[in-house]
Amino acid sequence: MKFDDEPVPGYPLPILPGHTSPGRLERVLRAGQFAITTELAPPDSADPQEVYDRARIFDGCVDAINATDGSGAHCHMGSLAVCALLTRLGYAPVMQISCRDRNRIAMQGDILGGAAMGVCNVLCLSGDGVQAGDHPQAKPVFDLDAVTLLETARTLRDEHRFLSGRKISFAPRVFLGAAANPFAAPVEFRAQRVAKKVAAGAQFIQTQYCYDMPVLREFMRRIEDLGLLEKVFVLVGVGPLRAASTAEWMRRNVPGLHIPDAIIKRLADAGPNAAQEGRKLCVELIQELREVRGVSGVHIMAYRQEQSVREIVERSGALAGRVPWYPGRDNSIAETRIAQ
Amino acid sequence: MYSLRRWSVRHARGLNAFYHGFEAFLVSWNPLWRLIGYERLERPMAALERVVKGAFFDCQMCGQCVLSSTGMSCPMNCPKQLRNGPCGGVRDNGHCEVKPEMRCVWVEAYAGATRIPGGQASLSSVQHAVDRRLQGHSAWLRVVREKTAPPA
Repeated sequence: MKFDDEPVPGYPLPILPGHTSPGRLERVLRAGQFAITTELAPPDSADPQEVYDRARIFDGCVDAINATDGSGAHCHMGSLAVCALLTRLGYAPVMQISCRDRNRIAMQGDILGGAAMGVCNVLCLSGDGVQAGDHPQAKPVFDLDAVTLLETARTLRDEHRFLSGRKISFAPRVFLGAAANPFAAPVEFRAQRVAKKVAAGAQFIQTQYCYDMPVLREFMRRIEDLGLLEKVFVLVGVGPLRAASTAEWMRRNVPGLHIPDAIIKRLADAGPNAAQEGRKLCVELIQELREVRGVSGVHIMAYRQEQSVREIVERSGALAGRVPWYPGRDNSIAETRIAQ
Repeated sequence: MYSLRRWSVRHARGLNAFYHGFEAFLVSWNPLWRLIGYERLERPMAALERVVKGAFFDCQMCGQCVLSSTGMSCPMNCPKQLRNGPCGGVRDNGHCEVKPEMRCVWVEAYAGATRIPGGQASLSSVQHAVDRRLQGHSAWLRVVREKTAPPA
């Protein structure tokens, strides 16, 4: 999807009335399109090419790419740097910031720096505990939490000042996101927690992996009852499961992941075709989610299965014929036309 | 003490009522505190607070107590010190992601808040960023000073 007022894709768009960022993700969502975001696993490397290679996999099938910030408390290339590389090529990254590793001084600096490098979307996270990662001996910071980080980012953007009150000459124009886990205890409190995040500045939500539609539907009903549907875009997390054993392992070891037994049984029954069944399940979930009131898109997390994202998106029909912009898209469309 | 902390959440309603009475008492004796001098009271009061709240809530002395808004479950006992609700890592049994042997302080807070009149509503209010300079100071004295300060 290219916008009429986008002479050079990848450059900041004019900010429309009611919008807060010059980014494409906010445009797509506010235009009422079903948005698709995905996650790029930052490399354990200092080679920019590895970032580009990982991004290219998603060309034409996603509206924005999340750059994770030490996800699972593992050390990788930093999210600010990954985003800076991605914006060089015109991609629309979502910069994830976790409170685990940095204090308020560092995080405010990163938001300014990210915005200066063309980052239009920031996802504010509490972050996994250090015990989950490869450096359990590290000091957990948690100076702010996700809600106060959102408040801080909104202060930078809307009040043109740091948390300390010191003025900023040019505010970061960012679309603010937060995470939600509709499936973790206390389930009754989860929508209320989203309301807090919205009150603190969240404009979009990306959820934990969804494998349980009844729980998700109940969560969305509560979101609607709290009057949040007009205030926040909800992108539900989905992802293909590779095998019953992987699903079992994830359920046991990934914090906050909820996979019902029926899903694991379905993968087990598929035998050698489990991976295929996992992708099919993901496609079905996306199609079901499109019909749920208040769901504005999906966030596809396909760790180590990034190649499958394209197939999943295409088979789901979620883009409804749209081709999200990617570097070189317009040339490749023209070439296809000539070839025909 | 963990078992006493759990007891406090189960008796959130009574403890909350008691605290409000205690706070009113402290506020009403403000002239005396002023006479003695708040600075002089700081150390003994902080020591008393550490002992009492330490026993009942495993108080971490953040100096900005929000127990009344968190169902009498101290959020500073969360390994991530989350003051605005539970992270996404809470286990199916309601235990903590980081410390599997401990109940999530926010699962407890939610339970405690249901016992306090208006507790649910105060659970929804956004707690602003903590001022780390207040660590170790008396939250009680701070509240009294704020409540008795002449309007600016």
